[in-house]
Amino acid sequence: MNIDHEMLVGFAKSYGLFYLLGLSILVLVYSFWPSNKKPFDHAAKSIIEDEDRPWK
Amino acid sequence: MVGQLTVNERKLAFIILVLITIFGMVMVITGADSLFMIHGLIFFLSGVGGIFLVISGFFLPPPDADTIHHYYDDPTRAGIILAMVWAVFAMFIGDWVAWLLAYPELTFDAAWASFGRLRPVHTTGIIFGFGGNALIATSFHVVQRTCRARMPDNLSPWIVIFGYNLFCLLAVSGYFLGITQSKEYAEPEWYADIWLVIVWSIYFLLYLRVLARRKEPHIYVANWYYMAFILVVAILHIVNNLAIPISLVHVKSYSAFAGVQDAMTQWWYGHNAVAFFLTAGFLGMLYYFLPKRAGRPIYSYRMSIVGFWGITFFYMWVGSHHLHYTALPTWVQTLGMTFSAMLLIPSWIAAGNALLTLNGAWHKVRDDATLRFMMVAAVFYGLSTFEGSFMAIRPVNALSHYTDWTIGHVHAGALGWVALITFGAIYALVPWLWKQKSMYSPKLVEVHFWLALSGTLIYVFAMWNSGIIQGLMWRTYNESGTLAYSFVQSMVEMHPYYIARAIGGLFFLTGAIVGCYNIWMTARSARLLMTKAEFETPDLGIASGQDIRAGE
Repeated sequence: MNIDHEMLVGFAKSYGLFYLLGLSILVLVYSFWPSNKKPFDHAAKSIIEDEDRPWK
Repeated sequence: MVGQLTVNERKLAFIILVLITIFGMVMVITGADSLFMIHGLIFFLSGVGGIFLVISGFFLPPPDADTIHHYYDDPTRAGIILAMVWAVFAMFIGDWVAWLLAYPELTFDAAWASFGRLRPVHTTGIIFGFGGNALIATSFHVVQRTCRARMPDNLSPWIVIFGYNLFCLLAVSGYFLGITQSKEYAEPEWYADIWLVIVWSIYFLLYLRVLARRKEPHIYVANWYYMAFILVVAILHIVNNLAIPISLVHVKSYSAFAGVQDAMTQWWYGHNAVAFFLTAGFLGMLYYFLPKRAGRPIYSYRMSIVGFWGITFFYMWVGSHHLHYTALPTWVQTLGMTFSAMLLIPSWIAAGNALLTLNGAWHKVRDDATLRFMMVAAVFYGLSTFEGSFMAIRPVNALSHYTDWTIGHVHAGALGWVALITFGAIYALVPWLWKQKSMYSPKLVEVHFWLALSGTLIYVFAMWNSGIIQGLMWRTYNESGTLAYSFVQSMVEMHPYYIARAIGGLFFLTGAIVGCYNIWMTARSARLLMTKAEFETPDLGIASGQDIRAGE
């Protein structure tokens, strides 16, 4: 199969666009999913506390 | 250091070092050109030096069973010291190059001291020597703390630090000798590149192994940034350095790419080095050390995730903005330009997130120069990403490209963002790691801060002026339609700005030297205060952000 310039451009302009749109939606859904809020807040706070030693 | 390795790790270290020594010896014996033999000698001597070190500690008693209940911080300490050594060396070279542009006779008629060789010594020394060691050192600290997990073994972190610095040494010594494959920020030749791939894979695996031992199911966001840095730099490095050596015993190789594909691959690499080496890794630093030092959780954790995916997926496409008005197809240029403009969103999410975290802690920023380093770094991050998006727009680029404006932009990022966040992180880390309440002299941190900030401002303003004047002079036509100014005339106009730039650089270098002294004295007072046994216990009484009172 010959991969030429037109084909690459066509691919980038179609699938490339939708892949980025899809990815953006997935990221936003993940970030704002209500039940994710708790682990996020926990993660943000947990680094402030003193970590004196490993857990195991 | 060898005392902390288990007996098996000592044996393994010994075997690895013997292999490196033999490899170096083979390079020296079979080398068809003297440059190749010199680099073989560097491999050989590093191997031999390492062997002596391992033998000297080989029969020490094995480490306490208790050490596995502590974090392993000695590689971090070593990385910080190496980063500072590289900083002073490479900033000195940088300032020399700056004076050289104002006074060309400063090459002293020596080939090794010509601009074309000193300049990559400066860029590699800063980006990879200073930045890379700082990233490796802080990533070791952050990944262990955020995962609450110790390093899975004691040898891998040392292989990473040793191997990585050996790569930097090969790179920098090669430029002085005249070894280069002429790819910007990827100048080292094929054998050094292969060596880095080996070291970097060990680094990547080490990071994954620590993550696998973590306590929390969720991985703290700083680790995502560090992981992106490690993984993408590996991909970039391998693809851009695909080359065929002219033989296995010569330094010279030829790239797998040619023409415009070569240019595009190079700038895909080049701009993603900015993205994943100089941005993602340092954002990891920011997202850990800034909240920690301010004693406040990050303003919006959600935004830090949105920003992360924005940065990783937008940056990949922007490299072509380095090739505006070239043989590169226009649609690829436009693609790079568009993504560069979009990149402003995730960049400002990160900068804004950092600054909003400080809301309610501004009194700490006022009193604590360490936190102020990080705050100003976030401001410069916001400024230089805005500038970068702006300069990527094709008509703006027509004015800015090939002028000193680009140099000014890069240094707003490198000095104002990368170096300041690193110094902030180091000043936060050093007292924790060496078990001190604060740095040896908080006043000297303050001195360093003002030297660094004024140096950066002098530098950046000089280059903005110089660059825009240059750009305008190059595009001014007279009535008969020919260029109004010759190139030499534009150079004469640059002279005062070049002197100003070199003075700004000197301020910055002086600050780094002050920082080295302060770190050295902090480490020294730790040694004087503690008995040896206590010193070797890695993490008793780490001062938290809150324990450090204002003004310290």
